[in-house]
Amino acid sequence: MSILVIAEHDNSSLKQATLNVVAAAKAIGGDIDVLVAGENVGAVAEAAAKAEGVNKVLVADNAAYGHFLAENLSELVAEVGKGYSHILTSAGTTGKDFMPRVAALLDVAQVSDIIRVESEDTFVRPIYAGNAIATVKASDSIKVVTVRPTAFDPVAAEGGSASVEQLDVVKDAGLSSFVGEEKAQSDRPDLASAGIVISGGRGMQNGDNFKMLEQVADLLGAAVGASRAAVDAGFVPNDMQVGQTGKIVAPQLYVAVGISGAIQHLAGMSDSKVIVAINKDEEAPIFQVADYGLVADLFEAVPQLEEELKKVL
Amino acid sequence: MKVLVAVKRVIDYNVKVRVKPDNTGVDLANVKMAMNPFCEIAVEEAVRLKEKGVASEIVVVSIGPKASQEQIRTALALGADRGIHIETDEEVQSLEAAKLLKAVVEKEEPKLVILGKQSIDSDNNQTGQMLAALTGMGQGTFASEVVVDGDKVNVTREVDGGLMTVALNLPAVVTTDLRLNEPRYASLPNIMKAKKKPLDSMSPADLGVDVAARLSTLKVEAPAARQAGIKVADVAELVDKLKNEAKVI
Repeated sequence: MSILVIAEHDNSSLKQATLNVVAAAKAIGGDIDVLVAGENVGAVAEAAAKAEGVNKVLVADNAAYGHFLAENLSELVAEVGKGYSHILTSAGTTGKDFMPRVAALLDVAQVSDIIRVESEDTFVRPIYAGNAIATVKASDSIKVVTVRPTAFDPVAAEGGSASVEQLDVVKDAGLSSFVGEEKAQSDRPDLASAGIVISGGRGMQNGDNFKMLEQVADLLGAAVGASRAAVDAGFVPNDMQVGQTGKIVAPQLYVAVGISGAIQHLAGMSDSKVIVAINKDEEAPIFQVADYGLVADLFEAVPQLEEELKKVL
Repeated sequence: MKVLVAVKRVIDYNVKVRVKPDNTGVDLANVKMAMNPFCEIAVEEAVRLKEKGVASEIVVVSIGPKASQEQIRTALALGADRGIHIETDEEVQSLEAAKLLKAVVEKEEPKLVILGKQSIDSDNNQTGQMLAALTGMGQGTFASEVVVDGDKVNVTREVDGGLMTVALNLPAVVTTDLRLNEPRYASLPNIMKAKKKPLDSMSPADLGVDVAARLSTLKVEAPAARQAGIKVADVAELVDKLKNEAKVI
């Protein structure tokens, strides 16, 4: 078996999710090659070559891939990937965008968002917003799979010494072009890979009150998230949403503040190692999954939390 | 321009999902069904394009059992003009759904196809992208804004870490994310009018598509339940537990 992992990166650094996907590839077994497609990706390719368990790094460095447009990327991946038994990538928004296109070009099914590998053709994935867990078997000759990064422990970032090979395959489908982007400005860690996440829900009452959470987050080096209810109410942008329709997180510590615990939110965070819930409603379902529950008014508890943390950190 | 919208009949998102005791799937008997929420957003976007004078006709298509016609009628009540029902009792997976939709696209020649980014039953997030690949169209996935400008459409996409805008040649495929719009409710007079709107029915065989599944589901289980922990009395105890017991700070 031979596995092609499509690296997730931002042209300058390799995203940790790639190391999680390589771990999933190791669970399948076989030679693992990593494809780095982007623009000026020398540093990314070097980082990928150092990752544990990687056999070879293939580099497609061209402006056509600079913004990861699915139309171009999918043609490249379909061509490079047709010699492999498996093609894997992270189930981030980039992977979710281009990978089904790859599957369609190869005329094979895709297995989305796997959380476990049972065998080379059998995978476990959540359905119905995590309310059911399906074991599925793929019958196509090439298995196209997206991997939920938080479900696999990453391989070591250092220690490998893969060869690096430049590809001169340029695919520009001419269907789409990049217009612009608006990066969420934050010095805090990325929500999906943060070790600690503190999230607010509808109980926060407005967007300004999220500043309280940000202050606590900065003490802990945490990322700030939100429930769908807080997003729908317009308190904070959707890229902060934790849940089945937002980001899936599995940090060491998850602190849910003013979040009741709707099913779709629980689906996005219940794999966290330790869960803390702060809510004034002691009947809130979030307490059923919390390791430590505090029944309190968040507007009193969060400032206290900040003070207490300052004492011990 | 003509807009094609695909909608799916799924378990209502407010219903508590229960796994069947024999682990063959999820219990759908006597469960309330509804239009997939992301598909509602797709219908709403098409209707808004028509209200702005950008879209001239909205065709809504659904794949599924006879009862899927209810969801088509809902879309017609919201403002779609006519419906296409591809009737099958088989489970249709994403690639096969995309092939059926491709056949409809070839017949109808829409300038824009709008779908939900994923259905809340299988959570695959594939069909729109696959349809775009099969028809050679560009794709604007996870859209939070759609602006048609001449022979192009600008789609702002919700991506990890922010927003990204792409320009696509028309015809193109757009898949909807939560913030694109807030769907309206159908009014009673419009529900009555929708009953008279045209609805064509056909089979996958009529469209020449084999819908045999490529993925087989071996079993479906309930997720492992997490045990509730303890309640702490105050913030000081919480911080103490996190530091000295859980050792996570």
